[in-house]
Amino acid sequence: MKPGSTRAACTALIKRDLILIWRRRGDAINPILFALIVVALFPLALGPEPEQLRHIATGVVFVAVLLAGLLALDTLFRSDYEDGSLEQLVLSPHPLSLLLGCKIAVHWFTTALPLLIAAPLLGELLHMDGPVRWVLTGALFLATPLLSLIGAVCVALTVGMRRSGMLLALLVLPLYVPVLIFGAGACNAAALGLPYLAPLLWLGAALVLALVLAPLACAAALRISLS
Amino acid sequence: MADFFAMGGYATYVWVSYAVFFIVLALDAWAPRAQRKRVIAELRGRLKRRRAREEAPV
Amino acid sequence: MNTLVLWFHKLGSPPTFHRLAGALMPWFYGIAIALGVIGIYGGLVLAPRDYQQGDAYRIIFVHVPSAWMGMFAYFFMAANAFIALIWRIKLSEVMAMASAPAGATFTFITLVTGSLWGKPMWGTWWEWDARLTSELVLLFLYLGVIGLYHAIEDRRQAARAAGFLALIGTVNIPIVHFSVNWWNTLHQASTVRLLGPSKIDSSMLWPLLVMALATHLWFFGTLLARTRTGLLELDGGKDWVRALVLTDGTRAAPEATAITEQAHG
Repeated sequence: MKPGSTRAACTALIKRDLILIWRRRGDAINPILFALIVVALFPLALGPEPEQLRHIATGVVFVAVLLAGLLALDTLFRSDYEDGSLEQLVLSPHPLSLLLGCKIAVHWFTTALPLLIAAPLLGELLHMDGPVRWVLTGALFLATPLLSLIGAVCVALTVGMRRSGMLLALLVLPLYVPVLIFGAGACNAAALGLPYLAPLLWLGAALVLALVLAPLACAAALRISLS
Repeated sequence: MADFFAMGGYATYVWVSYAVFFIVLALDAWAPRAQRKRVIAELRGRLKRRRAREEAPV
Repeated sequence: MNTLVLWFHKLGSPPTFHRLAGALMPWFYGIAIALGVIGIYGGLVLAPRDYQQGDAYRIIFVHVPSAWMGMFAYFFMAANAFIALIWRIKLSEVMAMASAPAGATFTFITLVTGSLWGKPMWGTWWEWDARLTSELVLLFLYLGVIGLYHAIEDRRQAARAAGFLALIGTVNIPIVHFSVNWWNTLHQASTVRLLGPSKIDSSMLWPLLVMALATHLWFFGTLLARTRTGLLELDGGKDWVRALVLTDGTRAAPEATAITEQAHG
């Protein structure tokens, strides 16, 4: 049997993943719900003074989005590993990195994009200033795909394990540090009225680099943990 | 001599630092020794069990 | 095959390396301790008091060599992981994983002595200073590598996965350092510089270098010890390990020879 074209394989994979997610569409709001709960905890802990909340708003929203993404990472390969389709992907004649890139893109689209839309609303809960909200959205727009790509490499390394939650956090969070610093740094600079373009450009550069390298690294990691 | 141990008023910090350095490094050298003993004991047990199984009448 | 390549292959074989490492290990430990005594004497007694920091600066003689070793161990681990992933050399896998705990130890010492130094100098145990923060991230990277290594059942697969993580971390370390520096300049004015820009008197410099050499040798001593244990674990079923397990203990030496004869005959 002659295999189909790579493009057809990618489309089929994307379609399949989207259908699977659509069938469990209730799960899609879980990351938003989690981020909302985390954000809601801060006024309860610190008191409702708007001035104080505005001061920490960008950092809290950024960390909440990051943690929500971390919790959602586990679903990236979990079901595919359990039903064996992940091994089929590894064995397929198409470049594995490209297929994984498609999977990561779908995962970002269904878990991070809703968060991205919800982020300004979360900022509103913490009395974030209007212009800062736009910088926050921009920074998250660059940061969340980066987080998904870096996270995917670490998930690929822990894919065979039954209880990987805490370990995954330990592997991923040191790698998230620069993204957090630049992303939240841009928002804080905007809040203080300072120029915020430079950290955003750094994030963009890192994103371009990760778009090329992370799927390759993810494929290599997956081959190691499925060998 | 007392002057030396006083470290110009910083005695606590200096001596605790050196103590941490030595104790942690000593543990660092002790850990592989202990692990080696454990591994050897385990391997020896496994070997004995296998030989007992091989020599046992079927 | 030329002699060098042959020698290299022979060294890379677990039984030869195990024997050689066993013979070299006491030397590494011994010279490290001797140099350590000299370095400490030089640092605590011979070196003069710092005009700015008084005697508190003497923490430098344990703090800075540990910090260097924390970085060195990471790059040693990453280099071995690289060799292990490309050429699949078993010895490199074991060595990479053997250097992780030693590196984590040195990084831990760096953090503890750093905060013990910070208390009298800055007035706080912890400052979100660029170097302390990147050192903390380095410790987390080590713990991640060790955690991943112990979470996977199969030893060789575990070593490859953890080695891959170590390689990703190598890309991360400079980025973390750069980003933390940038973040630090954004948030606060420069803190007290502990060590002026390479203006250190030779009476303080030589104990520092001697201590650095001592910690390197100590690192290689523990590295060899861990590698030996790792090789025993990995080659558990092989003949050379069986013979060694039976002779190395307190008893059963005659039995062991019988076993080896059995195995060869």
